[in-house]
This record gives sequence, structure tokens and C-alpha cells, in this order.
Amino acid sequence: MVGLATVFGAGGGTSSYREIEDTDVIVLWGSNARFAHPIFFHHVLTGIRNGAKLFVVDPRRTASARWADRWLGLHVGSDIALAHAIGREIIAAGLYHRAFVEGSTTGFDEYRAAVDPWTLERAEAVTGVPADAIRELAHAFANADRAQMCWTLGITEHHNGVDNVLSLINLNLLCGHVGRYGAGINPLRGQNNVQGGGDMGAIPNKLSGFQDILDDDARHKFEGAWNCTIPPHHGKHLTQMFESMERKEIRALYVIGENPAQSEADSGHAIHILEGLEHMVVQDIFLTKTAELADVVLPATAAWCETEGTVTNSERRVQRVRKAIDPPVGARDDTAIIVELAHRMGHPEWDYPDSETIWNELRSLSPMHAGMSYGRLEEHGGIQWPCPSNDTFEPSFLHGRLWAENLADRGRLAPFSPVPWAGPVDLLSDEFPIRLTTGRRLDSYNTGVQSGAIASPLRQGETLDLNPDDAMRLGIDEHELVLVSSRRGSIKAPVRFDSHLRPGLAFMTFHFPDEIDVNVLTIEANDPKSGTAEFKASAIRVEKLQAPADTHLPVAGQ
Amino acid sequence: MDLRFPDATPTLDEVQALDSVLGPSLIAEGWEREHGGAHRAEALRHRLLPSLHALQDRIGYISHGGLGELCRRLDVAPAEAYGVASFYAMFSMEQRPPRVAHVCADLACQALGAGALLDAVQAECGPPNQTGVAGAWQPSPCLGLCERGPAVLVTEAGAPAHEAVVAPAIATDVAVALRVGPRGLGAEAPVVDAVPQASSPEGRSALVLLKRVGVVDPSSIDDYRAHGGYQALRAAAAMGPSGVIREVTDSNLVGRGGAAFPAGRKWAAVAGQPVRTHYLVCNADESEPGTFKDRVIIEGDPFSLIEAMTICAFATGCEQGFVYLRGEYPRALEHLQHAIESARSRGYLGANVMDLGFAFDIEIVRGAGAYICGEETAIFNSIEGYRGEPRSKPPFPVEAGLFGKPTVVNNVETLVNVLPIMLHGGQAFASIGTPGSTGTKVFCVSGSVTTAGVYEVPYGATLRELIELAGGVPAGRTLQAVLLGGAAGSFVRADEIDFPLTLEGARAHNTTLGSGVVMLLDDTVDLPTFLRRIAAFFRDESCGQCVPCRVGTVRQEEALVRITLGQRPAAENVHDMQVLRDVGRAMRDASICGLGQTAWSAIESAIDRLGAFEGLSS
Amino acid sequence: MTMMHETPVALPRRAVTITIDGDEVKVPEGATILDACKVHGTDVPTLCYGDTLDPVNACRVCVVEVEGNRVLIPSCSRKVEPGMVVNTDNERTRHSRRMVLELLGSSVDLSAAPNVQGWMQQYDADPARFGDANTMRTVQQPVKVDNDLYVRDYSRCILCYKCVDACGEQWQNSFAITVAGRGFDAHISTEFDVGLPDSACVYCGNCIEVCPTGALMFKTEHDMRQANTWNEAEQRQTTTVCPYCGVGCNLTLHTQDNTIVKVTSPHDHAITSGNLCIKGRFGFQHVQTFARD
Repeated sequence: MVGLATVFGAGGGTSSYREIEDTDVIVLWGSNARFAHPIFFHHVLTGIRNGAKLFVVDPRRTASARWADRWLGLHVGSDIALAHAIGREIIAAGLYHRAFVEGSTTGFDEYRAAVDPWTLERAEAVTGVPADAIRELAHAFANADRAQMCWTLGITEHHNGVDNVLSLINLNLLCGHVGRYGAGINPLRGQNNVQGGGDMGAIPNKLSGFQDILDDDARHKFEGAWNCTIPPHHGKHLTQMFESMERKEIRALYVIGENPAQSEADSGHAIHILEGLEHMVVQDIFLTKTAELADVVLPATAAWCETEGTVTNSERRVQRVRKAIDPPVGARDDTAIIVELAHRMGHPEWDYPDSETIWNELRSLSPMHAGMSYGRLEEHGGIQWPCPSNDTFEPSFLHGRLWAENLADRGRLAPFSPVPWAGPVDLLSDEFPIRLTTGRRLDSYNTGVQSGAIASPLRQGETLDLNPDDAMRLGIDEHELVLVSSRRGSIKAPVRFDSHLRPGLAFMTFHFPDEIDVNVLTIEANDPKSGTAEFKASAIRVEKLQAPADTHLPVAGQ
Repeated sequence: MDLRFPDATPTLDEVQALDSVLGPSLIAEGWEREHGGAHRAEALRHRLLPSLHALQDRIGYISHGGLGELCRRLDVAPAEAYGVASFYAMFSMEQRPPRVAHVCADLACQALGAGALLDAVQAECGPPNQTGVAGAWQPSPCLGLCERGPAVLVTEAGAPAHEAVVAPAIATDVAVALRVGPRGLGAEAPVVDAVPQASSPEGRSALVLLKRVGVVDPSSIDDYRAHGGYQALRAAAAMGPSGVIREVTDSNLVGRGGAAFPAGRKWAAVAGQPVRTHYLVCNADESEPGTFKDRVIIEGDPFSLIEAMTICAFATGCEQGFVYLRGEYPRALEHLQHAIESARSRGYLGANVMDLGFAFDIEIVRGAGAYICGEETAIFNSIEGYRGEPRSKPPFPVEAGLFGKPTVVNNVETLVNVLPIMLHGGQAFASIGTPGSTGTKVFCVSGSVTTAGVYEVPYGATLRELIELAGGVPAGRTLQAVLLGGAAGSFVRADEIDFPLTLEGARAHNTTLGSGVVMLLDDTVDLPTFLRRIAAFFRDESCGQCVPCRVGTVRQEEALVRITLGQRPAAENVHDMQVLRDVGRAMRDASICGLGQTAWSAIESAIDRLGAFEGLSS
Repeated sequence: MTMMHETPVALPRRAVTITIDGDEVKVPEGATILDACKVHGTDVPTLCYGDTLDPVNACRVCVVEVEGNRVLIPSCSRKVEPGMVVNTDNERTRHSRRMVLELLGSSVDLSAAPNVQGWMQQYDADPARFGDANTMRTVQQPVKVDNDLYVRDYSRCILCYKCVDACGEQWQNSFAITVAGRGFDAHISTEFDVGLPDSACVYCGNCIEVCPTGALMFKTEHDMRQANTWNEAEQRQTTTVCPYCGVGCNLTLHTQDNTIVKVTSPHDHAITSGNLCIKGRFGFQHVQTFARD
């Protein structure tokens, strides 16, 4: 969200899913959408069947990569090098969109200088991707009438995740692939309301509707409506909060619907910090590992089926969630709990009888949501922001202004970002020679709190996935229990062979933290701009266990 | 594509079999493969059918490991490949002995005693489809060897696979064939034996399409040229594509496969399509029981088909031609394969045909035992590597046919008619026959007849004249009925044979010529058994796509069996006769394609014209 | 529900006028005869037609008579042409529809197929006239229960191809199932008929979503039907948004006794077109099985 907001002002994907079906080239970069966003991938598949060429950039030959006309299997963390080489090739071949670059962007010369050292040969050496594959992607992307750039956590879960995002946005700016139907830049959100959380202002630097907290007019508008004073400075993102907790500057924590004790990188360290708090309140639908550490647990309703409200998806579509079943006795809506807290804290004037009242307040304060009445949301199956009018809709894509006839109508021109490349923090060495990257499987979700109950026939429990040749070199059989160590800790896990992993690359998920806590291994090297940790790049060592392996391994989830 | 492949591994034989059709270059799976995706898979899909043949030919069945390896190489989902393989009768999805004798149980052979042969084979060789033996036998639908039934085709898996024909056969022949295999059997009768007219000078002088059969060496392009070959293509080149289409249109040539669609109109439609590529499909899947004329033409004069296809391609802008050849025609395959290679090596096919400045080449696609693939859209699905199910029309093939492109689809006999049209002009061609049915027609005369074979006569000869040309029923017998058009056709009575064999004559007589089957039934043929075989044939060959045909052909057969075998009160037969009529009408009205639409025709005509069950239901 | 305006990529379509049962009906170019019948208010039975799938026109229950055609025409797939004269309800169409219903009814268990019993009466269909199960072929077979999420009861299968199309190229592209065999032996199958856990199935349940006869069923529904506790009259349907990834798929929760018993997705929603993944389709257990206190 930070990268897009930096360039365009609004932190949302610029296209709609439907546009993927009508595009000519699709690049999935660091996204295994086939597993992580399966129904988005349906739109990609429709695009492919309509003739679009698909490129997948990913260290792993994932399920998504197997759908690609060409897969670019880069070394973990070499994304910026690859993106810069693509940019350089497009410029060198004279394929960039001169009119768009000159009229709608800024900073091209600096960008050109930044990418200039990234020849195909150098990029091949750094990324491991053959030069001809880089050239093929560059030319196809630049020559396409419409192209889509899509990414997920493979781009953002790095110590320099925001720079990664910016390096991809550069390519779309270079070719004019933004602000037109079918051409765009789309981050795929990992959770059903990540986008909505940001839209509503649950980020440290924005009020609802991406209104800047440092903007006096905006702040005063909210202060007037809420009859309070809003601190005129940015708050802290998650990583900064943990740092503050560690320094004892933050001593109390109110956690709503998060499980940081298991989802944070270097989880041992995270738990230690949470245990050091003076007071922690956890509001959740389950007694999570984090909740077990809490002083007070507030049982909440499941927002998606026991509550009325809205969520926003990856194409900025605000949709209604509705109550289908009664919650368990004692569980209450998140909003009801917050209102009750306000009452107890001396604010009896908080009066929100239902979710629609809250929503209408938002509409009165956030211009981009103003036209989204519950009635219209119902009628149209959700509405994409921005929607300032009660009568009309905006185009399905953002930033059409950049193509306006008159310079004055183009608004703030989109800046190129001459970001530097820096490899993963956790370096490979003789001691830790294997690169571990993490991700998701199709039938599981995050720490497994919700998905664990699916009686999935696909589930095999947590494994360390290894290239079979690597495993053979180490004398390891498939299903053998091994010791996996990083500079931060060790876990035991059974091995699964995956011939789609390149030699030297290993893969795990964090779906079964109760059985195998992968985040013991991951590094808490955080992006200073977004606070996201480098889940995607750890250096590990794999060793045979001394004792003969138990022939009947415990399977996670059973 | 993120397909899931079975764990079973292929044998070395299976790997080699696939290498022989796909080459060893296609990497299977894993991180070393950068290229993939749906577009690559789509481009490879048409190699599925040849690959299945390669596996079947090598070991005699399709194994889990073989299918899995095939799927990995072509990026075809195993379920899809299984669905395709299990569609075709020639592919066995279970382990089967390498040596198999296919004993024809179909109509023409039945009229020649196939029923008794099957009983005798069972007595001598044991039950059909045995496993764990070196060779097994199984009953087969029509093998297209009707002029010398009852016929047997013997196949043997291996590298290479071998095939041989025994016809006419007795039970001992089958036992010997299973013991010694195809390589141990004697040579097949020469193809010219199937053309009785060729045995006399006056008979031969009447031949136009069949004139070179038995005269020309089918393996020699020079001999073909010495007998007038490639003169028609020269003439076509001189008149140009539009001139060719004009002559074909003027000739009033209509399709000989049964539908009788004007060839000139079809060609003009494809020629006028701006979309490229254009394809030419030659339908050589003649599977109508009692039809074997295309086989005779291909075996006896293969270059004539190649030349005719080249002319068609020249006129319609087709860059690639396919001959979809019946899988059960080993000798036709061998002759045509050789002829195409010769033509290619001599510049009659390829990038610049005869230096005329156009490119055209021909690929043979072997069918795999499915009557439905003779349907003009099912044939596309089969070539493309899908189940041979008919498509719904529109769109018609001339707009969106093979691979979704404009396609000419004509059968063998239709195409070779183009040679005399080019040589003598459309007008001259149209002067033969009648105004409504121009040219000559090749009829396949089989069943209870003195001299079975293919007969070429001008349209307009009467059915009686044709029967007399073939010597009539064997001495001492009397004609019971004639089945015209095969299983999909209709019966006429012995007293109804004086009408002219023309499209309009057949129509006026409320019957059909179909693809030219003239099957004689004498008084020794048991009509109820014959009708049950027709019903069983359609039940076996229904593709299963639409309800009227899939279930209707079963209910039709069940009712027919009850009527013909049951000792029952008349009221029950009346009830089942109504079932037959109701089911038959729905099949005719509501089936997707011609198979279902005609599945009741012959039985209906047997009831209404021959009075087949009059005694039972009254 | 009408979807939010999408940027148009095609020109507005011309109108085509055809005649249905004597009345003129105007529909956009490219519409099918079935679409036109809906506009006209003519009821045409359908079984293999799917609102999210290309028509396969295999069942033939929707046939109509189009003047000038030798055979009847499947209304679900044939596009309208100017001046077409269509008869939907004469003796000829009624005969074919009756026969299709009788042929299916004699070979397949249609008891869980919505609408079919009504059509049987409407068209005076008598599937029993062909004999009984001992004397004629049917598709009767045991229910396949090889996983905990959904069951396959091919005794109920009319071979409409919709599950195959949903699993294949039109939506899911997993290709776990196909039509195998030929003729009456044609059946829905995995490769070599292996069980679903050994197949390419990813348990998205998009096949269940389109099955018109209950041959594919949530295991919850199957078990409740076996226990005689399945009660559609008591069920409520509520559409909400999936709690998993950020795509925003709409889920329609079918609830009975405050329990989610089945999940579908609106066919007319632009995000899903009725399709979900295993998490959206089957990931609801956490709100009802866990002790949440």
C-alpha cells in the first residue's frame, strides 16, 4: 500500500479483475495466485484463454508458474535487479512509451541512470534468470497494447519490500501501462479486508479514505465530527510498535483479530516482547496463542457471518458482509465491544445502533465512499472506490487523469523511483547454505486458525520442501524428519521432495505453527517504510537427525 | 499448467513408443522447464491421438504409466487423456494380450454367416477377450472388408506393430492367426478383386473413378503419372483457384458421404473466408457398415486422392490437409503413407507444389474405432485430440471447423470426382447421370450377392440393374430385401428395386442412397437377428453426448429384443412397438447429429416396408 | 442483482426480432432462443443448461421447432436470427421433451433434481413404460464417498457435462474429471476411475455448484439427507464475503438450525460467477465446530 500511495497518492490496485480478462500480457511477480488467490486466478485463466501471454516471476516453479508461457525463476531477493534489467532493456530497445513518460511522469532521467548498469548479462549473473528470458519479458511487456503487473507477498515480504514494489511500478510507468482499461498495477491482498482496513484509516499515517493525518483541513473535519482532538502526527506501524514495546515505551496493547504470537517473524522474540507488556487485551473469535498471553480476552463475533458490515477487496470493491448465524453466547460484534469500551471510558454519547449508522458516518467524512449507500452496495453487488457520487460510477480503473489531454488535468505526475538493489539480509554461507522461502498452500490460510477445521483431503501437514537432488546430496529420504536451523533457531520437520524447486531452494509455510513453528527460523529484518518482515528469505542448514527417524511421523493438523 | 500426474512410471517400451511420435526433446516436468502454460498445451494437443496409437501399438493397451508419461509431455490432464482414450474402441484401457483377432460381427458379414463363425470361434478358441494368453479374439464392428466376408483383422503389438487380414475366414483361420500372429499369415487378396468390373474390358471401360485400380502401381508416382496422373492438377493450375471452383460448381458435384451437399458451394465458402489458416479434411473414416469404397480407392490408387486434395487446397487456400483414415485399414494406411512421402519428395506436396507457388501438405490421422468420427464435426474433435463428439452447428465447418478455422471437409469419393471435372470440365461432368445427380457413383454391393464388390455406374441406373451387374443373389436363393445406405439407411422390398439410383429417385421412393451401401438379404438371413445387430450397432457407436441417442439407442434395442425374442401376449408387443416409434421419433427429431437422427430409420423401414413384426403385434 | 458498471469493450448490440408462438419478440443480437423465450415469458425446461457455462445442448429437453429446419433445435444454444419463427409448445416439441424426460427418468434417479417432477407431470411422462430396473439398463451404482467434503452419486447423473466444464477449461482448469467411455457407458470419471484423493481434484466444489440433479453434493447435505434431517424449507440463504484472502468472493451461506449446511456463490456476481476455492466453499467449519469461549 505504501508503494502505490507514494507514486499515485492512493494505496489501491489500479485495475479491476475483469480487466485481466481483456489484457494482452499478464505478469505475476512474487505471486502464487493459483493457491493464494484462486478466484483471482480464474480471471487470469480467462485472460490466458482469451490469448493473453502470462509471465510468472518467482523463485519457485509454483502452480501459477506452471501456467506461464515463460517462468522466470529468479534468486530470492533479486527482484529489483531483474526489474531494472527489464527497464534498461525496454529503454535500450527504444520500446518505452515516450509520450507518457514525458507528459505524465517525473524523474525519468534519474531512473534511466539507475537502471543503466543492469545489462542483461549482469542481471543474469545476479538473478539467475537467462538473459533471453529477461529480454522476452521486456519486449512482450513493452510491446503489449495492454499489460498487467500483479504481485503479492513475494514482493512485499522483504526487508526492502517497498523498493521492490516501486521497481515494478517503474516498469508500468515506462510503458504507459496504467490509467487505461486493461492496463494496470495490482497488488493482491492477503486478507479479506486488508484493503478495507487501510481505506478506513487503520494505518499510521492516514485518516479514513486515505486523507493525510498531517493535512489540517482533513483532520479538523474529523475532529468536528468526532468532537475530539486528533494528534497531528503519524502513528506506528506494527514493527515500530514491537520496537516500542521492546523499549517499554508501549506497555499496553489492544489486539483485535490478529495473532502476532504466531504470525510474526522470529516468533520466539515476538512472544518474549508480548510477555513483557504490562497489560494486553485480545479481542478475537478464538482463544489464539496471543489470546493465551492476554490479561483480558474479549470474545468477538465472526465478522464475515455473524455480523453486519462491509469489507473491501483487492480491486477496491466495497461489499457487504451479513449476519447468517447467531454467534456463540457471550460473543459480541467488534463495534459493539468498542462502543461499550467508550461508554465505560466516559463517552456515553457514542451511539451506533447498527453498522449502517457507522457506515453513513464514514460516507459523510470520506469523499471516496460518499456514494456507497447500503442500498447501492446491495443493488450492485458492491461498488469500487472512488465513488463520490450517489448517481454515477467512476471507471473501473484508477488514474485515468494521467492520460488527460491537458497537462493541468493530469494532477500530480507519477514519479519514477530510482531505487537501489540490495540482496537478502540473511546471507547464505557455508554454515547456512540453503535459501528458505515461505508461502501458502491452497487449502490452508495463514496460521491455520480458520482453515485448520477444513477436512481437506489435500492436507499433508507441514513439510520442508526440497529439491530431490539437494536431498539426495544430503542423504535424506522423502518423509524423513530432519533438523532445520537458521541463525535464529532450529525446528524439526519432515522432508517432501519437490522437483519444481530449483537446487539450493527450500520452501515451508506457517500454516501449522502449533506443530512446526517456521517463524522460529525467519528473520525479523523489517522494511523501514512498511514494517513488513523478510519472511521470504532465510538462510538455513538441513541436517539428518542423529537418532533413526520415527517411521510414523506425526502429521500436522491431525 | 499445474496438472497432477499419476505416480506410475512408464516402461522403457512406452518411453520409446512416445519418443517415436513426439521426439525425445519434450522435457517432462520440474524446475528445468521454463516454458509451459495453456498456449503450449493447446499447440501440442493434436498429438494426443497419435501418441495413444503409439502406446497401443507398442504394448497392446494403455497403461497408467504410459498415459501418465504421455500427459507429462503434452501437458494434457490425465483425466482428459483417459476420457479421450476410452472413447475409442481400438484403445484398451485394461491389459490385453498383444495379439488380437477382431472378428467382424456386422451386417454384411452377418449376411455371409458371421453369426455361425462367431459361434465356431468361441468353440475353438474359447470366450472372447481372454487375458493371460498370447492372443485373444473379440467381436468387431464392420471392418470394411465386406466384399470378402466374414472378415477377420489380426493385430499384434510390438515395435513395429503388425496387422493382417483374413477374409473370408473360418474358425480355424482365427485359431491359426492367434497362434502364429499376423506375420505368419498369407498375403491379402489384391485390391482389384474388390472391383469386379475391372475383370473384363467392357466392365473396365465404364470406370471413371476406379479406372486405375488394378492397373496402376499404387506405390509408384511415376506409374501414376504414366496413367494420366497430375494432368488434372496442371489443368487446375491453368484455370486458377476461382476457375476450379467455377468448374466444380458447374459440375453439380455433391458430397458422396451421404449428405449430398454441393461441393462447389462448400469450396467457395471456404475460399471466401478472410480468416487464415484454411484446412482441408478428407473424411476417410468410412465406418458405415457395408461401406468399403474409400478403402478400395486409397489402396488401389492413392495418388488420385492426393492429387484431388491438392486441387481442392489450391482452389480454397488450404495450407494443410488431413486424411482422417479408419484405424482398421492397415493396407490403405501403408499405401497412402508411402504415396504422401513420394509426392512430398518429388515436390508434389510441400512448400511450393509443382512450382506453382502454393504450399500444401497432407498428414494422415488414424482413427481409432469410432463410427461417430465420420460425422463432419466429430472428425475435427478427433483430429484435435478430443473425444470424437459432434459439435453443434452453427457455426458450420466452412466458418469455424478444424482448430476453429474455415475448413473444407469432403469424403474420399467426393474429392476424386474432381479429377474428371478438371480434365473434362464441369459441363461434361454434369452431362453424365441425371440433371439432379451428376457423374458416376461408386456403390458397395455386399451381403447375399453372387459377386460382392464396388461398382461404379452413372447415376440413373436402377437398383435392379446394379444388382444384376453383381450377379444377383446366389443361385437357388430369393431376394428378401435390400438395405440401402447401411445401418443409417433403409430397407426396400424385393419388389421395389426398379427405381433409378439417383438422389431424387431415392427421395421419391422414400429411401436414401446414403454413402452407397447396397446390401442384399436373401431368404436365409434372419431379419430379426439382422435388426438386432443394427440396434446393437447404434447402441455401441452412440457417442453418448445427447440423451435421445444415448438412452434412446438402448431402449430401442431392449424393446426390439423383447419383441423378437420374447414369447409374449400381443398386447405387450403392441406396447413395445409404440415404444420403438416414440423413441425413434425423438431420436430423429432431437438428437444432435446424424447418428441419432438415423438410428431408427432402418428398423422403421423394416417394420413399415418389410412388415417385419406384423405377426407378432396382431 | 445488476453488477456495477464495467467499462464497455463492445459496441451496443443490435436488436433482432423473432416470432415465438405467434408473438414478435425483440432481443439483442447474440441472444439465444432461450433468452428470447425468457423475455417472452415462455417457460422452457432446461437440465444441462448452465447460466455460467457455454451450452453443451446435450440433454435436448429445451428443444423447440424453428420453421425451415428438418430437426428440432436446442433453444439454449441456438442464437436468434432475424425473422426466425419458433414454436415452443406444439405436439412435436412436447413429444421430444416427454421422451427426454422418460428416457432420463428410466435410467437416472431424478428425485433430487429440482423442477423435474413438475415437468414429468406437465409433459405426461411415464418413465416406467420401458420396463423395470431388472429388465433395462440404468446408471444405478453405489454412492462414491472417498473424502470428507463432498460425495458423488452417479446414480443421479444425467451426463450434462457441467461439472466437467466447471472443473475444466471454462472455470477451474483443474481437469480432475472428464467424460469417459462412450454411448450409454459414458460416465463422469477421473483417470482410470481413481478416487478423488488420488486425482487432480482441489475440492473447489465448483462442480457441485453447477450440478442440476444432486449427483454432486456437500457431504453435510448427503449425511443430513441420509439422516432425514435435511429440510430446505427451514433453510435460510445469506450472502456475505469470504473470510479468507483479499479477492472478495461472495458466499451464500445456507443455514439450518443456526448451522451452515452448504455454501454456494451467486452466479451473477462478476468476481466469482459462482466459483469458489476450497477455503471459501468448505472453510466455514471454524465458526461452528470449535468450542469458542
